[in-house]
Amino acid sequence: MKTASSMRSHATLVWLVLVFATSLSWWLVEHHAVPARVATTAALAIAAFKARLVFLHFMELRTAPLVWRALFEAWALLCAGAILAGYWLALP
Amino acid sequence: MPQAAGDMRAGVVPSAPPAHRAPAALAGDHGVWLFITADVFAFAFFFLLFTWGRVGNPAVYEQSRHSLDAGIGLLNTLVLLTSSWFMVLAVEAAREGSRPRTVRNLSLAMSVGSGFAVSKVVEYTGKIQAGITMLTNEFFMYYFVFTGIHFIHFLIGMVVLAVCLHKARTQALDARYRVWIESSGCYWHMVDMLWIILFPLLYLQR
Repeated sequence: MKTASSMRSHATLVWLVLVFATSLSWWLVEHHAVPARVATTAALAIAAFKARLVFLHFMELRTAPLVWRALFEAWALLCAGAILAGYWLALP
Repeated sequence: MPQAAGDMRAGVVPSAPPAHRAPAALAGDHGVWLFITADVFAFAFFFLLFTWGRVGNPAVYEQSRHSLDAGIGLLNTLVLLTSSWFMVLAVEAAREGSRPRTVRNLSLAMSVGSGFAVSKVVEYTGKIQAGITMLTNEFFMYYFVFTGIHFIHFLIGMVVLAVCLHKARTQALDARYRVWIESSGCYWHMVDMLWIILFPLLYLQR
């Protein structure tokens, strides 16, 4: 049985992952440790992953009817995909 | 009851629900979800506009991006994520019927969230003092319009959280209140989620 405290620790774990992923995307782009293309592609992939985590775990779409979950997961994928496609198209 | 006592000894809680999933349902009110859907697709259109503009003139976009402070963008994201986390805890507390925890977590969600307003005002002021406005170029027109519309969403969210907090202090934490706080939570997470995309879109495309 899922207890109240286990739900709280679940939300906290998701929050920690979100904070780490955000910091990683910023670090990759700002610290020039990897080529710009790799850093930007990673930052946008991380953004799609974070949006999905917020949809599923904070907005509770993981327990919603499948059509709602699919709609918002597709939204995150399409947004990040379109931005990335534009980024690669604009490269010299 | 000997049977129940036997169950307890065997580690089985007699009142435990059957081990199947609860029926799938959206958290909060369906009308709010329709609004959220329309809103995120409006923002998807904004992202496409910006991307289209960037493809046409990548040099101007890259040069303009250097005038932004990605550290402030990072801070904004962390502030909204943390506020969202407290909101999740507030919704859970309301479901458990704990008024003190609901009030405490809503207060924390609002206090942390208000940091976003402070950092946005600092950011806008810095830009305007440096002579950068909406009329500077296409990048900054999109920057001010998109972050401005997002900021209005943020302000509406703060009002919604204040109403949730007031209700948590003065009303019963009943089924009606749970729908209220769940709907408010979903809206607040949407504000957070939109910034999750705006952050790399504006600050991190190198």
